This record gives sequence, C-alpha cells and structure tokens, in this order.
Amino acid sequence: MRYVPSRSSLLMAPALAWLAALMVVPCALVLALAFFRRGIYGGIDYTFTLENFGQVFDPLYAGIFLNSARIAGTATLIAVVIGYAAAYAIAAAPRRWQPVFLFFAVLPFWSNYLIRTYAWIVLLNREGLITQLLRWVGYTGEPPSMLYTEGAVIAGLVYNYLPFVILACYAPLSRLNPELAEASRDLGASAMTTFRRVILPLTVPGIAAGAVFVFVLSIGNFVTPALLGGGRFQMIGNLVYDQFLTANDWPFGAALAMALIAIMLLVLMAQAIAANRASGRIAEAEGNANG
Amino acid sequence: MAERSPATRRMLWLVLSLVFAFLYIPIAVLVALSFNEGGLPTAWSGFSLKWYVSLAGNSAILSAALNTLIVALVSTAIATLLGTLLAIGVEMRRQYGKGLEALIFAPMIIPDIVLAIALLSFFSMLNLTMGLHTIILAHVVFNLAFVCSVVRARLKSFDWSIVEASTDLGASAITTFRRITLPVIAPAVIAGALLAFTLSVDEFIIAFFTAGAGRASTTLPMQIYAMIRFGITPEINALATIVMAVSVTALTLSQRLNRGITGQ
Amino acid sequence: MSEPRTLLAIDRVSKNFGRVTAVDGISLDIRENEFFALLGPSGCGKTTLLRMLAGFETPSDGRILLDGKDIARMPPNKRPVNLMFQSYALFPHMSVRANVSYGLEMERLPAKEIRARVDAILATTELVPFADRKPEQLSGGQKQRVALARALVKRPRLLLLDEPLGALDKKLRGAMQLELKRLQHEVGITFVIVTHDQEESLVMADRMAVLKDGKLLQCDTPHAVYEHPAERFVADFIGVMNFIPGKVSADGVVAANGARIAGKVPAALSSGAAAVASVRPERVRLFPSADTANRTTGTVEVLAYQGLDLQLHVRTPLSPKPFLVRVTADAADRRPVASGDQVELGWDAADVRIFAE
Repeated sequence: MRYVPSRSSLLMAPALAWLAALMVVPCALVLALAFFRRGIYGGIDYTFTLENFGQVFDPLYAGIFLNSARIAGTATLIAVVIGYAAAYAIAAAPRRWQPVFLFFAVLPFWSNYLIRTYAWIVLLNREGLITQLLRWVGYTGEPPSMLYTEGAVIAGLVYNYLPFVILACYAPLSRLNPELAEASRDLGASAMTTFRRVILPLTVPGIAAGAVFVFVLSIGNFVTPALLGGGRFQMIGNLVYDQFLTANDWPFGAALAMALIAIMLLVLMAQAIAANRASGRIAEAEGNANG
Repeated sequence: MAERSPATRRMLWLVLSLVFAFLYIPIAVLVALSFNEGGLPTAWSGFSLKWYVSLAGNSAILSAALNTLIVALVSTAIATLLGTLLAIGVEMRRQYGKGLEALIFAPMIIPDIVLAIALLSFFSMLNLTMGLHTIILAHVVFNLAFVCSVVRARLKSFDWSIVEASTDLGASAITTFRRITLPVIAPAVIAGALLAFTLSVDEFIIAFFTAGAGRASTTLPMQIYAMIRFGITPEINALATIVMAVSVTALTLSQRLNRGITGQ
Repeated sequence: MSEPRTLLAIDRVSKNFGRVTAVDGISLDIRENEFFALLGPSGCGKTTLLRMLAGFETPSDGRILLDGKDIARMPPNKRPVNLMFQSYALFPHMSVRANVSYGLEMERLPAKEIRARVDAILATTELVPFADRKPEQLSGGQKQRVALARALVKRPRLLLLDEPLGALDKKLRGAMQLELKRLQHEVGITFVIVTHDQEESLVMADRMAVLKDGKLLQCDTPHAVYEHPAERFVADFIGVMNFIPGKVSADGVVAANGARIAGKVPAALSSGAAAVASVRPERVRLFPSADTANRTTGTVEVLAYQGLDLQLHVRTPLSPKPFLVRVTADAADRRPVASGDQVELGWDAADVRIFAE
C-alpha cells in the first residue's frame, strides 16, 4: 500500500526536473567547458584541449592550491580543538541546560555570513576595537596590522564555522553511554586515560564530520579571503571568481572549479570510509545506553 | 552521572565562557556600534538611532532590501512546494537508489562558487537576460533541498499505517493527504520554509553571479558586500543589526516548530 | 567452621541528592567470600549504595570500611573494588580481549602477565572462541560474560554487580544465575549483587539485605528472610503471602469475620492493635486433619496450572482478597478439585507470622 511507484514518481518529478535543469545540466556544462580553449576575445573556442587541467598544475596555481589547503587546514585544526572542547563542556552541563547552550552556540551560524565576517573587520582594522583596547591599557605605538593577514583569514574562517563543529562533536558526545567512562574509571584508568582511550576514539566520527565541513567550506571560500585577506591571500575560490568575472577565462575557471570539486569529493570519501568503519562501534556505544 | 570534582567543573565553565565570548563579542560590538552617535569604535559618543534613520533614507539599500524580499519569498514558495512533494515521494518508497539520495543531497554541499559559475555559464549560454528571475531560479535549487531534508526528517517517524487507516475508512488519496498527512507534517513544512527564507535572504555568492549587470537586481547581501569593500560605515552596523535580528527571529521560530513536532 | 571475617563494613552511610535522601543511615557487614544481595524495589537506594561502594558517589555521611580502611572518599580508579555495569558498558571499539586486558594495563603489569591472566579468565568464562570479536558481534549472554571477565581479571577484593541479569531473557537468566554462583565459588571473590528480583536473590545469595526508601529493613540468609520476614513489607515483597487483616488477641489475630487465627504474637504488639496474620501458600493444606490449628472453608475460583504444582485462588470469609493455595500436582491428582468446588483449608499456628498493620 505504501509503495506506490507511479504516485511517488509523480510527486518527485517537479523537484527532480528542477534539479536536473538547474544543477545537473549547468554542472555538466562547466565540466565540458573545462575541456575547451579560451577564445581570443575571452569567449570560448570549441576545440577540445586538456591544457586547462595542465594549467591547474602550473607552479603559480598549484601554489595557490597549497596555500588554500594550508589556510583551510589550519582553520580546521583550530576550529576542531575549540569546537570539541566546547561540545564536551556542553555535554557535561546539566541536562536541561544543554539544549539552551547548544542553541546559543549555533545561533551566530544563522546570521549573515558577510556580516559575521564584517564584524572581524571592525575588530581587527587599524583603528578597530582591539587597537582601542591596546590604547586603553597604555599602548602608544603603531597600531598592529592584523587585518589583511593570513591570521585574519584563519580567524574569520574559524569564527564562521565553529558552530558547526560544536554541533557535530556534541552529537556523539551526548549520546555516549556515561557508563563507559565509569567502567574505565572503575577498571583503574585516570580521567586523562579514560578520555584518550575511551571517549576520544568513540567520538572521532563527530570530529571527522566537523573537520570535513570546515575544510571543504574553507578551501572553496571566496568571501573571507576577499574581505579579511584584502585580496592579498588568494585562495581557490578567488581564483575561480577572477577567471569568470575579471580574467574572462571561463574554460580555465571551469577546470579550477572541477579541481575544487575533486578535492571535496576526495575528502568526503575519506570521511565516508572512516565513518563506515566507525559506525558499528558507535551504534554499539549508543545501544549500550539503553540497557 | 558521576560527580565531577569542583576543579573539573570550573574548567568546563571556563571553556564555555571563553567560547561564548568568542562567538558573541564580535556581534555584540557591531550591535553596540550601530547605536553609537559617532558610529566608530574610537569612542562612545552617546546613544543614537541616527544610523537607522539614515538607513531609511538610503534608496539603494531600500531597493536592495525589496529585491531580497522578492527573491526570498518567491524562491521559498516554489521550494516549499517542490521540496515537500519530493520529501513525500521519496519517503513513500521503501527503497531508493544512492543516486537519488546524492542528487537531493548535492545542492546542500556543493560549494557556492561552483554552483554560481555553473549557473552563470548556463544562463549566458542560453542567452537568458539575467535579473531577479534568474536569482530565484538559482535559489530554489538549494532551498528545495533544505525543505526536503527537514520534511523528510519528520516523515521518518511518520506512521504510514494512519494513511492506510484513512484509506480503509473510505477517504480518497487527496482527502487523506489533506486531512491526515498534511496536518502531521505541517510544522516541518513551515520550519523548512522559514529555513529556506533565511538562507535565501543571506545568500550572496550565487545571487552575485546570477544577478546580471546593473543595479536593478542588486540584493541586500550584494549591497552589503559592496559597502564593506568600500570601507567601514556606521550604516552597515545598523543594517547588520536589522538583518541579524530578522534571521535570528526566523530561525528561532523554525526551531520552535521543529521542537514542537519532535517533542524534544 | 571458623567465624567469617568481615570484609566490608558499611557504617551509618547516608546519601542526599539535594533534598532527596536516597540512602538513609544504612549499616551492613559484608563477609569475606560471600555472595551478598541488595534487594529492593526501584528507588529504594540500592543502586546508590552500590555506586558509593564503587566510588561513583560520595556518601553524605558515614564510613565505608574495606578491610578496616575507610574508602568512602577514595576515587573509583584507586579502589580494589570493581563493578559490573547493568548495561555491561563494554568498550565498543575494543575486542573482547582488549576489553578484558584494559584494567590490567591500567595496573601497568608486564605484558606477559597480562596475557596469561586474560587467557585464564577467558577460559574460565568460556570466552576463548570470541576473544577477537567486537562487543557488537556478541549475544547478550556473551556480553554479560565479557563484562564479568573484565571485572574479575583484576582480582578485586569485592565485585559489585548491578542488575547483572536484567537484560537477559528468562531462560538464559536461570542458567546465568547458577553460572554466576559457580564462578563466584571458583574465583573466591566476594560478590555484592543489586537486584529488584526477589527470586534471583533467594536463588543466588548467601545473605541478603532488603531495602526500602533508603532504609535497611532486614539483613539475613534467604531462608531466614523468607521464613521470618521482619516486616509486613518484606513478607509481601519476598515470595507470595496470604494476609488476613484483623486485631491482635492473646494467642493470635481475630479476623474481621470473627475467626481466630492462632499464631505467635510479636512482643511489640499489644492486644487489640490492628495487625495482619500471614501464611505462605505452600503452608496451606487442602482438606486438613481435624486437629489443624487454623481452618476455614471457601470456594475455588481459579485453578492455575504451573507444571510441578497447582495454584488455587480460594474465596474465603477471612480476607477480601482470594486465598492462594499451592498444591503439588501429585496431591491434585489424588484428590481433584475444580473451579466452583467448596474446599476446606487449614494451616499450623507455627506457620503464621503476625505483623503490625
């Protein structure tokens, strides 16, 4: 009775058609674009070439890829450390407070990304709040240059994506059967050993999910490097933007976008494999809690 | 729960306080400055609403706000309809392929910049004049995916036997949908719509690429981006405060509704 | 037989959670090598008491002496006491062997010794074929044995078991009760088990404590608790009991219908006070001889066949509830009764226990 293929297809048809026309086809188009030559006047010359992909590995652009990966990686590491600590503290709070803390941890995530990034300009610029605070405690020298540095880009990325890491790490922490930690203590382990050998391994999937999210969104980011890096710290996202809107080299821009998608798929696949491996033991850790 | 030592408890509270300070101080500073007469962080020169007043007189911002509202409302309406139907269609099936799952999931994880350039290439290849309508077409793509995921979450715990019971009692498929299925999933549909609305109001990159040339189709985030690039102006602080208040209200409502239905 | 040595002395221990008193001034001695049961309905404080012994709660008041040393404030990882958790709390990311080794690794024993001791305990608990499995690949009974092995391998002075058989189905539970008793005998470690299942404690325990509302009601051997319950609650909680409400007289209780139930009146009860006389179903005889001290007649309402014996529900004038009578299948074959029959019941004065109402 529930399985009515024709009716279900009918219900899904409009949405799937929309996705096909406005996501699948355009993305396929970009993929195809990447195999064409750039036209003399910025248009597209429809002759097949692999040059664009070759250009991706040009030292200049490969350097930007590595730079993006380094910035995204650093932001991911910092966000995971802070986010995990916060999630742990929330999971350890009294039960009725946990949803409240969680709600307020995630709330900033839902305000406009541009505005959250802009807030850091206000904090970090030469006459910004941090400089004012330094003056206030008696600092008289040159205002420190904090804006338009790699540090500012990383701070912006961490700030923007931290709530998601908290959410991702909280899920397995809150579902962990507290008796597992007690069992470890009972068997003679210290609090530190219990964390290292029981709690941490069982919450790795949450860390992985959070890390993948931060990394994928950071490496393809275009707004944060543009605003907080002042254009000096180019990342892949800015490069793609430039090819489409400034340099007018769409085929190369398309090849860069495909490289970005490839990196993203690799990271997601690695996470899926890790999650698959861990899923059994996690189900067990949670199932135990129902005993 | 085992008792924690006072030292551990203090440590945990310290972590929480620091993280919340990190999350909220930048926002709080913005909001505070929007009410600062002088408008700059150099000094507090008294409470004032003058930046809000000057905002109200800024025609570029007002027209951008109107554009954003149009895009958000229309794309949310289309996405809510399509996304809900999709969710019901998918959950009606006992099994579905991984491909279908990936297709529905893709709009939520695909990098904005990639979807943005893909749509730009697509629209320009079709020689379509770009404007608000192309932004709407684009926003429906990710909005319908989010509505679908919220409604599906509700349908996962939906007891399909009540649909069978309704049919057994003589109701037609349409009546069953109207009187049984829809009332049960309604809160999730509204929550999904609010989420879509929030995402659409805040969306920048895709709108930026699919808006075409000219000021006529500038949305609020595009306007904000232009203003930020130009430099710090106190008007942005006021605008930012309003935008945040709207998003936070929509999100809070959406969460309330979701909590109401899952009973958490 | 020499006087058994006290291993653990619980000395006027109380535990408050805010305004709620979970454990209220309990004193108990647990002896070396015994199988001790803490029995009571849920919320009686037995789990809190157990968690204080394990070190997961600190008493608000009182002392817990292990071998004469107060351990009330010692952290759980420093106590020579181990707990077998109700949920088993097996580490899901570790194999059976890794789970069992964990506690010994914490003692920083040489790898060789750890291996030998783990092998030995896996053999004792018949887990050798499962050593490399993950907990998720084990059945409920196997998980329970891993949890037991993991605690036992540390050779604790005291092993605490929190509702160890609660998660198992009925048939397996019966087998595991005997298995636990055998193991306890084999390893020579003192076991303290928490349970709400009175049958379980009667079968397994050498001695048992009955708790209610945080207070200790009675502590004795299962036989003594069953035959001589200290209070009406204990009599009702342990096994099945027939109660006849009435008033205390010189040599027993006068029931509401005026019938006299002969029995020994406790010294604390004064004549005329409200009381209940009680008798176990298996002590009640059908068709008693004429010299039986207590006799009544009634109508059989229900016959419940229970394999070895038959339970009759007999409506009598003595109490509003039907009287329960247990008859062996043999006896029932010799003199069959049917629903609706008039029967005569009788029991001896020695089998009557009288409690304050």
